[in-house]
Amino acid sequence: MARSVTTQRKLTFTILGWAIGLLIFFPILWTFLTSFKTEGTAVATPPQFLFFDWTLENYHEVQSRSDYMKHVTNSVVISVGSTLIGLALAIPAAWAMAFSPTKRTKDVLMWMLSTKMMPPVGVLVPLYLIFRDWGLLDTRLGLVAVLTLINLPIIVWMLYTYFKEIPGEILEAARMDGASLMKEIVYVLTPMAVPGIASTMLLNIILAWNEAFWTLNLTAANAAPLTAFIASYSSPEGLFWAKLSAASTMAIAPILVMGWFSQKQLVRGLTFGAVK
Amino acid sequence: MATLQTRATARLMMSPAVILLFLWMIVPLVMTLYFSFLRYNLLMPGTEEFIGFLNYQYFLTDPAFFTALGNTLMLVGGTLLITVIGGILLAIVLDQPFWGQGIVRLLVIAPFFVMPTVSALVWKNMLMHPVNGLFAWIARSFGFQPIDWFAQLPLFSIILIVAWQWLPFATLILLTALQSLDGEQIEAAEMDGAGALSRFFYLVLPHMSRAITVVILIQTIFLLSVFAEILVTTNGGPGLQTTNITYLIYAQALLQFDVGGASAGGIVAVILANIVAFFLIRLIGKNLER
Repeated sequence: MARSVTTQRKLTFTILGWAIGLLIFFPILWTFLTSFKTEGTAVATPPQFLFFDWTLENYHEVQSRSDYMKHVTNSVVISVGSTLIGLALAIPAAWAMAFSPTKRTKDVLMWMLSTKMMPPVGVLVPLYLIFRDWGLLDTRLGLVAVLTLINLPIIVWMLYTYFKEIPGEILEAARMDGASLMKEIVYVLTPMAVPGIASTMLLNIILAWNEAFWTLNLTAANAAPLTAFIASYSSPEGLFWAKLSAASTMAIAPILVMGWFSQKQLVRGLTFGAVK
Repeated sequence: MATLQTRATARLMMSPAVILLFLWMIVPLVMTLYFSFLRYNLLMPGTEEFIGFLNYQYFLTDPAFFTALGNTLMLVGGTLLITVIGGILLAIVLDQPFWGQGIVRLLVIAPFFVMPTVSALVWKNMLMHPVNGLFAWIARSFGFQPIDWFAQLPLFSIILIVAWQWLPFATLILLTALQSLDGEQIEAAEMDGAGALSRFFYLVLPHMSRAITVVILIQTIFLLSVFAEILVTTNGGPGLQTTNITYLIYAQALLQFDVGGASAGGIVAVILANIVAFFLIRLIGKNLER
């Protein structure tokens, strides 16, 4: 027997919930609104909330800084590139661990996870020197390599937990029917694994897009993705809030939408299956 | 059913990922360890020599280290306090049925997807600016003197920003845990006359304890490495007031080019993180067995 929910109680929580939600979301909303103001209106006191002259000028201005599109491209190349390479390495590994586990599978998984816990600053010096000597500083190739490696453990883990959920009986049935290993993979396993792979991909693009230790330390003008580009607004000249807002809105909007789609996978991916 | 052949195939399928991760873990770490015993400054090439534990001695007796360690603990502890308590309360609210629940949930988790440099700069300028910021305007409208956040409370300002970024993570995980709570148990307690508070402390909180531990451990690992938020707002200042261990080592490495000293610091940071990681790994390992 479910508890009956009184309308009054529901109304109270509706008001409370929306108030808290809007309060937490407010800095993002405020950034969005400010991006349509002129620089003068952006710093005006009292602040203008909705009734100002909306303008797209900031978006034009940020875009026309010739290097803006370069940073967007860098972000896309680095986040998508590192995720795809990571998947290519992780799919076979997670597959093997899920479908032909040995006694050591668990240890290997735990060890992979432990590499994720190494603080990046512990290896900053050697990595910086390796990058300098190999000419990888400020290149997209170097960043793709680093981000692939730091996110690889999460990718393997997530895929492993998804693959684990594919029931073994289906495989046996396919084998009984005389399916070859190739057919088994193409017709039986792949369709069942695709949703897991897709959500793993989504979460990792988000993580790589927002990564801000290596991107800030290993790039300068050429390979800097949006995280580093936005950081350049930390030493501004003159009024810059509206332009900062426009640049920020463009940098976070696509990822925010992807994040909303992947909210269920977030828990699984970031707790390594410790909370279900 | 695992034949010799499939076992060999499995090993082959795992090897690229395992070998790469192994190299990634071992090569830089060994280099850091090696550098940490050298006098090695990029500005003075050719003067490298073995100096034993001298770098560690300098790093660990430097007053800046203790300041940074204190700041790190404050940053981690303060953020955890806000996000865990806030996360529990938020999870309880979001668990109640109300109109527009799904949309509110999206609003609450949104900060997690904002890149650190954006959230730090937006908060520092548009919200916390002592003259034109929104907080200053709110303070003045109520007749208070606005706070000059980054001058008066620099570390607390950073804690606020970081806590805003991590609150969604805590909320989402605690909400997931809360939703697996047996509703009938709560009902039974209610019928037995347990008040809302005792229901919370004797039923809800114990049920969430595991998830709370996970949140604390995972967040600690990430919070020990907070970097971008400090870099774009304060550069560790004023003085050393917002310098955490990560930022201290970064400054030593890439601003003073002291490879040896920064490496010794890096090893110290690895040891600190490993203490936390040890407990997390054990917790997750236990879960894997079930």
